[in-house]
Amino acid sequence: MGMNMTEKILATHAGLKEVAAGQLVTCKLDMVLANDVTAPPSFKEFEKIGGPVFDNTKIVLVPDHFTPNKDIKSAGLSKAVRDFVNKHNIINYFEVGRGGIEHVILPEKGIVAPGMLTIGADSHTCTYGALGGFSTGVGTTDLAVALATGEAWFKVPEAIKVKLTGTKPAGITGKDVMLTLIDMIGVDGALYKTLEFSGEGVHSLSMDDRLTIANMAIEAGGKNGIFPVDEVTLAYIKNRVKKPYTIIESDADAKYCRTVTINLNELVPVVAFPHLPGNTKKVDEIGDIKIDQVVIGSCTNGRIEDMRIAAQILKGHTVHKDVRCIVIPGSQQVYKESIKKGYIDIFIDAGAAVSTPTCGPCLGAHMGILAAGERCVSTTNRNFRGRMGHVDSEVYLAGPQVAAASAILGKIAQPKDLQ
Amino acid sequence: MALTGKVWRYGDNIDTDVIIPARYLMSFDPQELASHCMVDIDKSFAKNVQKGDIIVGGKNFGCGSSREHAPVAIKASGIPVVIAASFARIFYRNGINIGLPLLEIGKDVEKISAGDKLSVDTATGEIKNITTGDVFHAHPLPGFVEDIAKAGGLINYIKEKRKNA
Repeated sequence: MGMNMTEKILATHAGLKEVAAGQLVTCKLDMVLANDVTAPPSFKEFEKIGGPVFDNTKIVLVPDHFTPNKDIKSAGLSKAVRDFVNKHNIINYFEVGRGGIEHVILPEKGIVAPGMLTIGADSHTCTYGALGGFSTGVGTTDLAVALATGEAWFKVPEAIKVKLTGTKPAGITGKDVMLTLIDMIGVDGALYKTLEFSGEGVHSLSMDDRLTIANMAIEAGGKNGIFPVDEVTLAYIKNRVKKPYTIIESDADAKYCRTVTINLNELVPVVAFPHLPGNTKKVDEIGDIKIDQVVIGSCTNGRIEDMRIAAQILKGHTVHKDVRCIVIPGSQQVYKESIKKGYIDIFIDAGAAVSTPTCGPCLGAHMGILAAGERCVSTTNRNFRGRMGHVDSEVYLAGPQVAAASAILGKIAQPKDLQ
Repeated sequence: MALTGKVWRYGDNIDTDVIIPARYLMSFDPQELASHCMVDIDKSFAKNVQKGDIIVGGKNFGCGSSREHAPVAIKASGIPVVIAASFARIFYRNGINIGLPLLEIGKDVEKISAGDKLSVDTATGEIKNITTGDVFHAHPLPGFVEDIAKAGGLINYIKEKRKNA
């Protein structure tokens, strides 16, 4: 029986010729990631095991959630990360001002590559499947054991094939593709499973689209999301990935528990209503919903293409008088490029606030907390109750084009509503 | 080990943000986390939960963030076992890894209501609803995952494995 991409990567890293769905395996890890929220508690567990880290070149630590430190307690978390980095000589540490949001910078800096097996103590670690690797989120204890042993256990997941047909139209983003998929299969539609994207439509998706889509595999309950490697991937990793990598392809007779087909030609801009990422509606069909805040950024949509799309729409417009628009480039590199290309001027001239990279508002940590009764259109990944602030606030998830148009009109809107 | 406790009943898709909101994640002290447990969905929980009470949820319990603070907050609240139709996978791993038993029983959760008294054998997975008389069986843990649970969590399991190596 043939194997799919995920099975092949897990088999290779478990030292096995083949694996099948349901099998328990212990795998060697190529990269282990954590942030300022998840790393500090794991250090205590790590000390209980004792000994050195498994490999100081295969650990990435990124303080991005509560940074720049929002208060004294969060400063303590960042300091604990820094102390661990110094004690164990961790090579891949990205200090504030020298990195950005973890899932934006790992692909950007070539730390993750096709065929790699990465775990991270952050649920959106599934982002790197966009590059044709296996990556998934874990908790504190798994992280502690990974830091000590370089290994983790997995149950080989069943796979759902997501067949993308047609070509992504102009004005549609990766976010629209993923919110549409989550609507189709539900927020637990891929529970314990892998989402393998395939079909000719994949080639019309930019790398930033794919990173957005794989990032939200967890929002369908998925263990991982994974894309085949094509010319778009190769162009992206050229000059970024400096080490050897392996391109993995699914066998023609690989097994899938389900196939879901999306015709990209038919997609329209969508928005996920509170309080689940699967409450997806077409922007055309929602009527007038007034908003108080817009956030453009995060590990889901904080990349250069997101900044470009938002800037093109905001150019020559101003943010609605009743709306605060907060733009957060996902990394220093995205920030710098956005300055060079004039996007930051456009944002500031439009009356938006531009922030240094941080996860901040996405998880209701800082930099844009909502009051009771307030509504936010956000390019982030979760709209759970209370996610961005008060338990009676509301988050509407959308792509950067919908977020930018909404900021201008003061209600949930799409670019064609500006004409 | 048979446990007996009163049920706190929650619905589908209980996410880790409502179990323990991000504004409390600056601490990893289990008791402090427990003092905010479930606050955004049920303000009465942290005040009124009794040691030995049992949480019963619907589908996809623990979805969202990977924060292990969520199962830690539940465990430190005195909850000895969580029962759900299904669990989100990171929460499921985290529960096993910290030694919080999680039992998955699918649609049978619909036969358990708030305030019911349950008797649960976490070793066999047998759940008796003392209030209604119903008996359910949870899916067994696969392979060495059961050994991790028996060791009381992943750290103990790894330490034992290293000692025996």
